[in-house]
Amino acid sequence: MNSDGHETSEIELLLPWHAAGTLSRRDAQRVEEALARDPELARRYALVREELGETIGLNESLGAPSAHAMEKLFSAIDAEPKRVAAPLNLGARLSLWIADLRPRTLALGGSIAVVAILLQAGVIVGLALNQGSYQTASAPAGAPGAGAFTFVRFAPQASVDDVNKFLQANKLSIVSGPAPGGLYKVKVADSALPKAELDGLVNRLHQDKIVAFIVSAQ
Amino acid sequence: MQTTSDEVLIARIAKGDRLAMQVLYARHHVRVFRFVLRLVRNEATAEDLISEVFLDVWRQAGKFEGRSAVSTWMLSIARFKALSALRRRQDEALDEEAAAGIEDHADDPEAALAKKDKGAVLRQCLAALSPEHREVIDLVYYHEKSVEEAAAIVGIPEATVKTRMFYARKKLAELLKDKGVDRGWP
Repeated sequence: MNSDGHETSEIELLLPWHAAGTLSRRDAQRVEEALARDPELARRYALVREELGETIGLNESLGAPSAHAMEKLFSAIDAEPKRVAAPLNLGARLSLWIADLRPRTLALGGSIAVVAILLQAGVIVGLALNQGSYQTASAPAGAPGAGAFTFVRFAPQASVDDVNKFLQANKLSIVSGPAPGGLYKVKVADSALPKAELDGLVNRLHQDKIVAFIVSAQ
Repeated sequence: MQTTSDEVLIARIAKGDRLAMQVLYARHHVRVFRFVLRLVRNEATAEDLISEVFLDVWRQAGKFEGRSAVSTWMLSIARFKALSALRRRQDEALDEEAAAGIEDHADDPEAALAKKDKGAVLRQCLAALSPEHREVIDLVYYHEKSVEEAAAIVGIPEATVKTRMFYARKKLAELLKDKGVDRGWP
């Protein structure tokens, strides 16, 4: 018996899980260390691996159920009363929401967030540089809220590069968003525009394939 | 390639998504079937039971809380169904000695030849274990369940899972020894 016989027997109980690779990293390391210093334990571990291999072989030889099992199941499911949408728990709702987001949508969302942060940084720098030129809220140009705006939802396949080019080419800037539904508030002019002019601009912007939806917000 | 997680499938099933149910079934039905078959030892019964197991999954998906892996949850349901079926057919339930006896009956010339193969003997002995021992060995070795997951499925403390596995292996070694294979342990 080893001087650390108690530890060895405790470790020995873990050998099957170590062979199957289902131990925590900490326990796996304990087992590895014990195997390295105890040849008898290593010999027993070889037996465990032998059992593991044959158990897998035995189970794999059992075959699979016939198609009848599946037919029976889905006949029973079809016979079930129509399901009333039960409220899902938070974890299920979160899993579903994340799974429903397409990768490019996620990428676009992340990229827009970066653009928004950069815009915020630009505003802060601008404010810092203009500290000596204070203007009242009634000032005609650059006042908060002044300008013409639209709500835009970009096409799901649009990349952040596409969005940037679109914004620059049309002298637009994102003010806020995304709101639920992926809508962004986009500034299209520094001052309010006549309705006919804004409608014309909205129609023109809508021609761009990057725009999935646009409506005036004035 | 990214695949939809079992948890997402369950959330969709809870909303009545039949296609998600087909995906989950395709992904797990063979393993669930084999787990049940090793317990009930009857293919027709095992087939009936997996239909019942997945029907329960369909009905109870909205109650799944994600405290364990979906496969662990399904094996728990499968185990309950299998044991209930065995209780209903008490006369057909096999005890350890009877199971071992059946294996001995199969000791024909072909089996005798197979005995020369240590692996084949090991499989014979694995099949001859008691249901309780077969179950824990399958969960750990074939279904790759951790100590915690196996404990959750069987409904016993984690320490008991470890000792039950140890005694299952010890019994296996004894059966092997009876068949002329001495592995020098225990």
